[in-house]
Amino acid sequence: MAEIYLDNAATTPPSAPVIDAVHHALATAWGNPSSVHTKGLEAERVVTEARQRLAAALRARPDEIVFTSGGTEANALAVKGAARARAGRYRHIVTGMTEHPSVFNACEALEEEGFSVTYLPVDEAGRVSPEAVLDALRDDTGLVTLMWVNNETGALHPVADIAAAVKRARPDVWLHVDAVQALGKVPVRLDQVPVDLLTVSGHKIHGPKGIGALFVRSGVRVKPLFGAGTQEKGLRSGTENVPGIAGFGAALAETMTRMDQAAARMRALKELLWERISEAAPFALRNGPADPELTAPHILSVSFPGLKGEVLVHALAQRGVYVSTGSACSSRRRTGARVLKAMGLDDRRADGTLRLSLSAATTEEDVTEAAARIAAVAHELREFAVF
Amino acid sequence: MERLLLVRYGEIGLKGRNRHVFEEKLADNMRAALADIEGAKVNREYGRIFVRLEDEGRTGEALERLQRVFGIVAVNPALRVPLDLEAIREAAAMLVRAEGDPPRTFRVSARRAYKRFPHTSQELNHLVGAYVLRHVPHLTVQLTDPDVTVTVEVREHAAYVYADQVDGPGGLPVGASSRALLLLSGGIDSPVAGWMAMKRGIELHAVHYHSPPFTSERSKQKVIDLCRVLARWSPAPVPLHVVHFTEVQKEIHRHVPQELGITVMRRFMLRIGERLARRLDAMALVTGESVGQVASQTLESMAAINAVTNMPILRPLVGFDKHEIIQRAQRIHTYDISILPYEDCCTIFVPERPATRPSLAAVEAAERAMAVEELVQQALENVETLHVEPAPAYVGA
Repeated sequence: MAEIYLDNAATTPPSAPVIDAVHHALATAWGNPSSVHTKGLEAERVVTEARQRLAAALRARPDEIVFTSGGTEANALAVKGAARARAGRYRHIVTGMTEHPSVFNACEALEEEGFSVTYLPVDEAGRVSPEAVLDALRDDTGLVTLMWVNNETGALHPVADIAAAVKRARPDVWLHVDAVQALGKVPVRLDQVPVDLLTVSGHKIHGPKGIGALFVRSGVRVKPLFGAGTQEKGLRSGTENVPGIAGFGAALAETMTRMDQAAARMRALKELLWERISEAAPFALRNGPADPELTAPHILSVSFPGLKGEVLVHALAQRGVYVSTGSACSSRRRTGARVLKAMGLDDRRADGTLRLSLSAATTEEDVTEAAARIAAVAHELREFAVF
Repeated sequence: MERLLLVRYGEIGLKGRNRHVFEEKLADNMRAALADIEGAKVNREYGRIFVRLEDEGRTGEALERLQRVFGIVAVNPALRVPLDLEAIREAAAMLVRAEGDPPRTFRVSARRAYKRFPHTSQELNHLVGAYVLRHVPHLTVQLTDPDVTVTVEVREHAAYVYADQVDGPGGLPVGASSRALLLLSGGIDSPVAGWMAMKRGIELHAVHYHSPPFTSERSKQKVIDLCRVLARWSPAPVPLHVVHFTEVQKEIHRHVPQELGITVMRRFMLRIGERLARRLDAMALVTGESVGQVASQTLESMAAINAVTNMPILRPLVGFDKHEIIQRAQRIHTYDISILPYEDCCTIFVPERPATRPSLAAVEAAERAMAVEELVQQALENVETLHVEPAPAYVGA
């Protein structure tokens, strides 16, 4: 029985060029980029090249890229770092109710520090509207932080419209966007979208774990989370994760060159996946925007009301299909339903939700076979459903 | 003069004619515990057990291992010297000087087991004490609660002098009693029950009822991890038998009124456990039950559950309060694993309101709709056995 991996929003398998790049950085370019000798220079070149590649991918400048340990750290650096940097004048933050836990937790921590935070509701499709953001702005609002693509539902927020609207109304408000699920899936063009801070991560695009980056627009000053070293312009002290950065660079080289094609393919396969599931298991319900243009191409959220998402996941794993419940980050903490409930889903539907996520490597055969196994499992488990 | 570890054991000294069997078992278990400390030798001599280490730098490590060998009451790092007063005195002074925290007060506690030695216990206290006072500066004698007590044991072949003691776990050497099968869930109680059974010398096997997809791979891994901790107290890997329990759970869900589900489930666990135990030559089942903790643990419930078997069921926690169980679990380092939030099969099929006083008649009636024997057989054909090696222990664990 062939294994089918449809949990690419949790992490993606590293590609061969990524593995090679990591290996090269460990075996050959193992120097410390801060060392002044040849070994240091060799490692520094690896870092510089990856930085240029990421800057090019985002249409930003290399000196606007800060490498971090991943998306979570980049989000924390952006949200806490920006809030603390302008705490004198700005005490208010605007965010969404369906943000990733790393942003959500950072906002909660800031509330304890005395900031006030507005958590914007989402519509049934899971999206925040530009009007809602504008309505929430106060005189002391210093930061708006929103995600580009929701990690649980694939909902695509109108980031370009929000950014334009916010900057028109209040050019002094900084905008942070968590683009972890967007990179490589939807165009992220910082020359056209006026965001100030933007988070990306390596392992969602077939790179290694433990590497991410924060784009910090030139002129924006955030406070580092720790340390006072010299690396990454003082924003991220500590010896650079050279193997991680090298792998991230290799992943970008692959992903960004064929993004449009890959995204179109993923979207078609996602629609096929939903079509097949809903034919074979008519009791399944799709979450998120009905209009495919309002969702990311790679994430499909499906509910089987009355079934337990966790049981479905285990049953599918027994049949070689790897998927997640609502969100892999939170499914163990029982807070998984925060996002789905914000969209108005009841408990029964939220608890029975699977997140199916594709990558550029997903094939049509994967999708049709997975749909068949998912429907079969859902039928079998209906006997043990809670009604 | 020779350095060695003098091992004291309590209860097994009382076992009459079987004594040497027990001592040999204890020595074997100690050898197993010290197996990867190169050059460690365990010998029974003159009715004692001694450990000699080639590399004295590994004494701390050896002591830490011996603290997890059931049957050991205490271990003393000792000096063995010839039956000669000067040698005894010199050894005593050496030990006091070697104390990490320089003691200010001390006393000598001599025991002359070999009556032909020319000095009585009383005389030895004075003779050795006076010598230590003369040769170690800043020291005074204090008979009650001194910083250090130097013990001198005079025996026929040699004298032993020691100042330090490390407590062992007590109990009986594992394997001295027969074998039993522990029903191991992922919870807090059952690992503690297993530990207490081992403490009484029982050779432990464990059985876990696994119900995929209703329970996760991680909940099974959790049980393996608990077994790895228990195995630290065992001279051999602990066999863990994983029974595939899904069919039974499904059939219960189909045929049994919700409020009796847990009672019937426990009855199946005992039925399967008993058969498995017989297959393994185990004499008893061990469970983590304690009276009245949850609905399934009232005496009425226990009676209805217990009715399926004649095999003795050991419930070592029966007299414990929950906080006592938790304390013990923390001490043996199973607690942090037990509280991980993966569901085991006791929590996923739990009805809203389980019967607290299920009648045997009602339970038996409910089971009539099920192919009990067939289900038990089927489960027994589907057992995966793992031989679980001990988890690495940090010093002090």
